[in-house]
Amino acid sequence: MAPNPKLFAFLLALSASTFVIGCYRRFSLVALGRPEYRLDALGTRFSRMLRLAFGQERVLGKPFGANHFIIFWSFIILAVANAEFLVGGLLPQASLTALPEPLQHALLFLFDLVSLLALAGVLFAFARRLFFPEPSLSSDYVKARSPEAFLILSLIAVLMLAYFGMHAARIALGSEDPSALPVSALIAANLVAPLAITPSALAAWSWWLHALALLSFFAYLPQSKHMHILTAIPNCFLSDLERPNTQPREEFKRGMRFGVGRIDDFTWKDLFDSFSCTECGRCQETCPAAGTGKSLNPRSIIHAIKTNLLANGAALRTGDPPSLPLIEAGEAKSGEGSSGEAAIWACTTCGACMSVCPVLIEHMPKIVKMRRHLVQMKASFPEELTTFFENIEARYNPWGIAPTERTKWHGTLQVKAFEEGKTEYLLYVGCAGAFDARQKQVTVALATILDAAGVSWGTLGKVERCCGDSLRRLGNEYVFERTARDNVNLLVERGVKKIVTQCPHCFSTLKNDYRQYGLELEVVHHSELIAALIAAGKLDLKQRVADLGRLLFHDSCYLGRHNEVYAAPRQVLTAATGASPVEFARNGERSFCCGAGGGRMWQEEQEGERINLNRVREALRQEPDTICVSCPYCLTMMEDGLKDLQGGSVKVKDLAEVVAEGLRA
Amino acid sequence: MLVVVCIKQVPDTTQVQIDPVTNTLVREGIPFIVNPYDAHALEEALRLKDQFGFRVAALSMGPPNAEATLKKALALGVDEAILLSDRVFGGADTLATSRVLSEAIAKLNQREQVGIVICGKQTIDGDTAQVGPGIATRLGYTQLTLVDHIEKLDPFQERITVRRKLEGRHEIVEAPLPVLLTVVREVNRPRYPTVPMRLESEEAVVQIWSNQELQLDQNGIGLKGSPTWVSRIFSPQREKGEIVGDGAVDPAGAAHLLVDRLLSRDLLVV
Repeated sequence: MAPNPKLFAFLLALSASTFVIGCYRRFSLVALGRPEYRLDALGTRFSRMLRLAFGQERVLGKPFGANHFIIFWSFIILAVANAEFLVGGLLPQASLTALPEPLQHALLFLFDLVSLLALAGVLFAFARRLFFPEPSLSSDYVKARSPEAFLILSLIAVLMLAYFGMHAARIALGSEDPSALPVSALIAANLVAPLAITPSALAAWSWWLHALALLSFFAYLPQSKHMHILTAIPNCFLSDLERPNTQPREEFKRGMRFGVGRIDDFTWKDLFDSFSCTECGRCQETCPAAGTGKSLNPRSIIHAIKTNLLANGAALRTGDPPSLPLIEAGEAKSGEGSSGEAAIWACTTCGACMSVCPVLIEHMPKIVKMRRHLVQMKASFPEELTTFFENIEARYNPWGIAPTERTKWHGTLQVKAFEEGKTEYLLYVGCAGAFDARQKQVTVALATILDAAGVSWGTLGKVERCCGDSLRRLGNEYVFERTARDNVNLLVERGVKKIVTQCPHCFSTLKNDYRQYGLELEVVHHSELIAALIAAGKLDLKQRVADLGRLLFHDSCYLGRHNEVYAAPRQVLTAATGASPVEFARNGERSFCCGAGGGRMWQEEQEGERINLNRVREALRQEPDTICVSCPYCLTMMEDGLKDLQGGSVKVKDLAEVVAEGLRA
Repeated sequence: MLVVVCIKQVPDTTQVQIDPVTNTLVREGIPFIVNPYDAHALEEALRLKDQFGFRVAALSMGPPNAEATLKKALALGVDEAILLSDRVFGGADTLATSRVLSEAIAKLNQREQVGIVICGKQTIDGDTAQVGPGIATRLGYTQLTLVDHIEKLDPFQERITVRRKLEGRHEIVEAPLPVLLTVVREVNRPRYPTVPMRLESEEAVVQIWSNQELQLDQNGIGLKGSPTWVSRIFSPQREKGEIVGDGAVDPAGAAHLLVDRLLSRDLLVV
């Protein structure tokens, strides 16, 4: 039976208008966000899009990703077949038969095979959700076995079955060449006769079934998480090219709102992100807060933004303030469009969520933006932070210790002041390195190493100040702004060109954040400098360090994930001990935070399991003698965790201490 | 009703050192802070403002750079800030200081009825705890010192009930307004300024009052009006400590030794 073009045109118009209205409703809301420029470096963006969207790089990071890869590429390939179908429904004479015979043959062959693959993929996805759903597929607002997921999978399955039905019927009718369509031919040969239906009836039924499935799919798309089919690819293209922890500066003028306190304070890209979420649960699975029972789930933060935007849409369009709050005191009700303050403060800014998101959603910057609102507009934050903020403002270090004590770590060491033209490296000691009893030992170890290698280095002495890392991650941008300006002025005034830090947080802040203040310096973490000194033969490691036993290396988030320094610390440890360090099950880019980043160091942790205990338990499973770290926060958190878990004789050492041990012999 | 809070800019004493030769405070390069007790007084005044809608005036006597301290008070939400600054006020002891402050409060009272004056318990540089009571005496206000909680305030009956924190006990007292309160740290947790308020305070004006405004007899103020003089400042010699046992090698043994030693000197009660 030939399709009825008039009826089809009506249904197509209905579907298309539902689709367009749905899309318009969402994209016009996205346009209400604050401006943000995301069209620079088009080449980089394009290649990133190819790699992540079309290459499905992160999707393939999980076993079931292969399934999605197949369905994704089936959609791309079958888009041609479906386009032909839609056009053919309106103009029956227009079809691929217009193409040269060999090309037409090849395309039909491809569509036939790909449809089978897609069908298999869909059945596999069905089975996964029904029989072995991973916990991360479910969250507070949706379950793995959600009707929505099954509805979409069913629509795709029906689409594929109808496709085969149509072509099998045509083969049975002799209008299509069975050699071009092996799967359809198989169905034609074995199934058309037993179905007790005439081939022409099958052709008509299949055609309409295909048409209805396809048109329903379009109509439903914008209403669901499957909106990501439209938004994921552009979202990858428009993703932030900056380091994820380097949020934009704020302008401090009277009468302005600071941070994000309501939905339209977000940028359009923040809002676009919320329509790109596929609800795959990768962020939730990897988040240290979500994984230890905190109220934070990065996925729920994104979902709340989407829900809030839709709920406030009517008010926003008329220029009224939104009525549904974006942030709620304490814990928010799940799935209702608000995020709780408790969740916002639970983030360690470790960046794990962003490193796994297949569509490059930027979770962490949104959390920091909301923190900016809470701190700057409402002065509402965990009360421990008041002391922290005041200490930094009055005495330029987190503990409020007198700045005159910044050089007490020197002890009997001869420490020179940095002199322009004479000193090569500024050793930026950092607050922990200067004041924390345990980290001071690391500073001494590092100073010993630098001296042994003949490096020309000096410090700023008592005038060094906190870099402001925690201030910025905690959303106190106003005080960070002043801190950064003062520090940049000081570094420029002193003629500093190269900096070495022992703290990944100082490292990342000086290297990445201060660039926003015009400071372009060579900043290295001590692991990088020591690795280079060893490689250049400048460090004579007299003996293999053996008495530290089985050495387990823990990646710092701000060194690893945020700055991609993975090899240097491992090279250093291998050179010092003669063997590669033992690895955590979660290591490198998949490393698990110690729990202290993002200003969590200065807050209590009452909700759920303590993050450092989770990590130390993981460490103890590897039966190490020494846990080796590269960050003062990690050092504190690992040592505290070992004490709590009665870790016996297991020690925690910074890699500089391991190397200094080797110099001692 | 107007609530007046008295605040003082003090050197950050954790950073002050005493010159061993001259026995004077080395003040060069030492940052100034709001006297910590006064920060609690300020917070208590702001809470009364939030609760009852009173206006709050912050008052400070000091050199022109003490304006920074009053800017902080403005950022936290006081309605006006007055700096009492004049060369003739300089070198004042607690008596002369309380004369100037009470005269300024009396002047404010002419414009708007002052119901409550709040001071910190003491300052961390002078540590006398005399200025608050001195103001109350000079103004004839009831003085309620060492307050750690305002139990009740009835602005219509003009009565206040507060809890005083004394050694080992609390005391609840009631008094008619106007009163002067001095507060201890436990009274509240000071708030943190919001950015819009900070930006507002940058533009806000601190009123400067000299003796032209107050017209006080110069013999009763400043150095001339101060019967108390600081003759010498010094750090007491501390007896050299002693390390008991070796905690690093034998912590349990060292702890035993320490307990025995403390018991033998009657420093530990079993």
